Amino acid sequence: MVQTAISGSATGVGHPALAPAGECVLLSGNEAIARGVWESGARLAAAYPGTPSTEILETLSLFPELYAQWSVNEKVALEVAIGASLTGARAFCAMKQVGMNVASDALMTITVPGVAGGLVIAIADDIGLSSSQNEQDSRYWGRFAHVPILEPADSQEALEMAKHAFELSEAHATPVILRCTTRVCHVKARVTLGERVAHDTPGFRRDPARWVVNPINAQRQLPLQGERDRQLALVTETTALNFVTRGSDRRIGIVASGPAYLHVRDAFPEVPVLKLGLSYPVPFGLVARFAAEVDELVVVEETEPLLEQAIRAEGIAARGKDLLPRLGELTPDVLRRALGPLLGEPVAPPLPYPAVTPFPRPPTLCAACPHSGAYYVLARLRKKVFISGDIGCYALGAGPPWNALDTVVAMGASMGIALGLDKARSAADRSKSIIAVIGDSTFLHMGMQGLLDIVYHQGNVTVIILDNRTTAMTGAQDNASSGRGLHKEDAPRVSFPQLVAALGVRPERIRVVDPYQLPVLARTIREETEIPEPSVVIAERPCVLTDFYHATPPYRAVDEDCTGCGNCLNVGCPAIQVSRTGQKALKTGTTTELRFTVIDPVVCTGCGLCVASCGPKAIVAAAAVQADIGAAAQSACATC
Amino acid sequence: MLKPQTLDVYVCGVGGQGVMTAADVLAQAAIANGYDCKKSEIAGLSQRGGVVTSQVRIGAHINSPVIGPGCADLLLAFELAEALRAAHQLKSGGIAMVNRIRLPPPVVSLGLYRYPDDSLGQMRAVGVRVYDIDAGAIARELGDLRLVNTVMLGAVAEFLPFPVAELEAQLIERFRTRKPALIDKNRRAFAAGHQAAHASPILAA
Repeated sequence: MVQTAISGSATGVGHPALAPAGECVLLSGNEAIARGVWESGARLAAAYPGTPSTEILETLSLFPELYAQWSVNEKVALEVAIGASLTGARAFCAMKQVGMNVASDALMTITVPGVAGGLVIAIADDIGLSSSQNEQDSRYWGRFAHVPILEPADSQEALEMAKHAFELSEAHATPVILRCTTRVCHVKARVTLGERVAHDTPGFRRDPARWVVNPINAQRQLPLQGERDRQLALVTETTALNFVTRGSDRRIGIVASGPAYLHVRDAFPEVPVLKLGLSYPVPFGLVARFAAEVDELVVVEETEPLLEQAIRAEGIAARGKDLLPRLGELTPDVLRRALGPLLGEPVAPPLPYPAVTPFPRPPTLCAACPHSGAYYVLARLRKKVFISGDIGCYALGAGPPWNALDTVVAMGASMGIALGLDKARSAADRSKSIIAVIGDSTFLHMGMQGLLDIVYHQGNVTVIILDNRTTAMTGAQDNASSGRGLHKEDAPRVSFPQLVAALGVRPERIRVVDPYQLPVLARTIREETEIPEPSVVIAERPCVLTDFYHATPPYRAVDEDCTGCGNCLNVGCPAIQVSRTGQKALKTGTTTELRFTVIDPVVCTGCGLCVASCGPKAIVAAAAVQADIGAAAQSACATC
Repeated sequence: MLKPQTLDVYVCGVGGQGVMTAADVLAQAAIANGYDCKKSEIAGLSQRGGVVTSQVRIGAHINSPVIGPGCADLLLAFELAEALRAAHQLKSGGIAMVNRIRLPPPVVSLGLYRYPDDSLGQMRAVGVRVYDIDAGAIARELGDLRLVNTVMLGAVAEFLPFPVAELEAQLIERFRTRKPALIDKNRRAFAAGHQAAHASPILAA
């Protein structure tokens, strides 16, 4: 087991979120939420990583006063937090928007008996889809689960609202959702820090009539949910979180929440704004009084028209999505274009400089990424197989040069979808093999159950578990396959061969391979796809972003020996670049494009995948590392 | 005395170049000098060689963290094609400080797209005031390629609403606790960047 000393950064020395009360520091919304949770005296925090929420728990891990952990998925994280709340402790849970889809089973029921200690759930919505598969609006959970929704606009509000959320949670015995968006989570702004107030825990008090949520107890407690709704409807009318910013131009009045409020202030500084920090329950009295002061009410909210529809249903005239886009951020330029005409403002002039898109620069797998080996092989099997993919770095396998994924839907979905593709296959697809590709963290998150289903129903599926010992896509967080925990402490490391054997995969059909050994990997995958029963290929190699990975001396392409076939480019390694092109006449009379390559010796970390891909053996160990311009881009910068 | 005008800086580059760190230093320096500041970042999957952008707004009071196309005063670009991609973020008369490094992505190596031949020329042709900084060469001369973002911070320092020395002080402060051995090198890189901006010919249309 790898023993890693806690590094300076892991202990948070000098981290601004740890500065003393009263100091004004630059914090991201995520860091500010963490500080607010700590100031609230929370005892426990649990999360599963997911952009843009990940840094909340990473920052919380720096505070010694509370217990923090990465859970295997969001549902377990929420359940751990619920358990902590039952002891009377203040508990916190964080996730990205799609995480709540997983956690909602627990949420929808705990809201019946409510909570003991304060329970706050931060949900980060990825508006604009910088790193997500959908743009769902988490404010729906407020209505669905009968819980209050707080919406901070910036870092200072994120800190304050985290604290407010715990107060509200305990005052009304309800979980509270802190709904953030990327433009809160990933914006750094000035924050004045407060003191931590310790929160004594009374301990778990047995009360099965409340906490055993069976039909009889639920029937009895359900009316309490309605009572809570009524109380919160009063709170929302008077809370300081909902306030009016006065303005002289009353031709319109805007109701806004979250960062959209700040965009409105920039776009229309003279227009009055009703800012909703506690946006559910909706303060209809406040909205009605505000509406009476302006000619026309416009609701500016990201992204669904939840407030707008609720306000109109209450009989208050309001506009919103008839003017504004329903997708994406409502930034000042978007607002000026959409609402400017209501104020008789001129149409925005064209941009002074034209927008140019030179080429796309999609994210790509890192140099020496072990997934490159798997996708190099899968790209070659492409015609014979359907490939069901999953969520993680390896979803990049859908792009060039591999183009080796047919579906990616949800965490763990590669398993069930592969089984469905198998069981409903048509005569036309009879000869196709079905492969499911999933990473270690995603397999542990939601993939295990799907594999059990494949085994139980004897699906003809080859599952490839890409075990790189980390949750790589979100920045290399440790998980149950890492052998260590959030604080880099030793932890039991799951054994994938034993796990899949326990799920019922026959021992002969469990193959452990090194993804850097291309010929063995290719042979193994081919063999398993040809055997009509559930099989699992476990490709083991640590992610290059972790300290489990150790770089080896780089390779170089010998120009005299390079035939220009370009096959090494199919590995998809960013260290390999085209040095020159050419053409070659074929016997058929046509010509083929030649691409001669060089390997950037600073980017290359010597995995050797390209060596195996090179027919003429033109790739050899580089004698000496020479600094190259590429280093500036690919190595860690000096100030990191 | 705080300058009343807001200064909007759009920072762009490729994942791993230190774009976020440079933007962080700008923001830290702003608040250390009494300004309000919001620094927005869209990293997405940036660790994997994608486009990285950060927006830094500095002023007496900042509401929205978003600058918006056609509104940036300064473009701090760490890569040639990324400078071209972000040029329309500049307002009329805005300044582009560009590191003249070419980092073609795999889709270019694969022959699926062409890397633009003359990004700076294209920008100048439409009237952008371009400062052409060879930060890679300067960093190499100083013996450490990782100094590129320090060079670029030195280059842009002159255009900020607080003294050049204040930005340098913030930068050095980062090293004081983490990597004190690198302080001297970074001071030299910062000075060289500052000098390079002075020496760079601006060719406005």
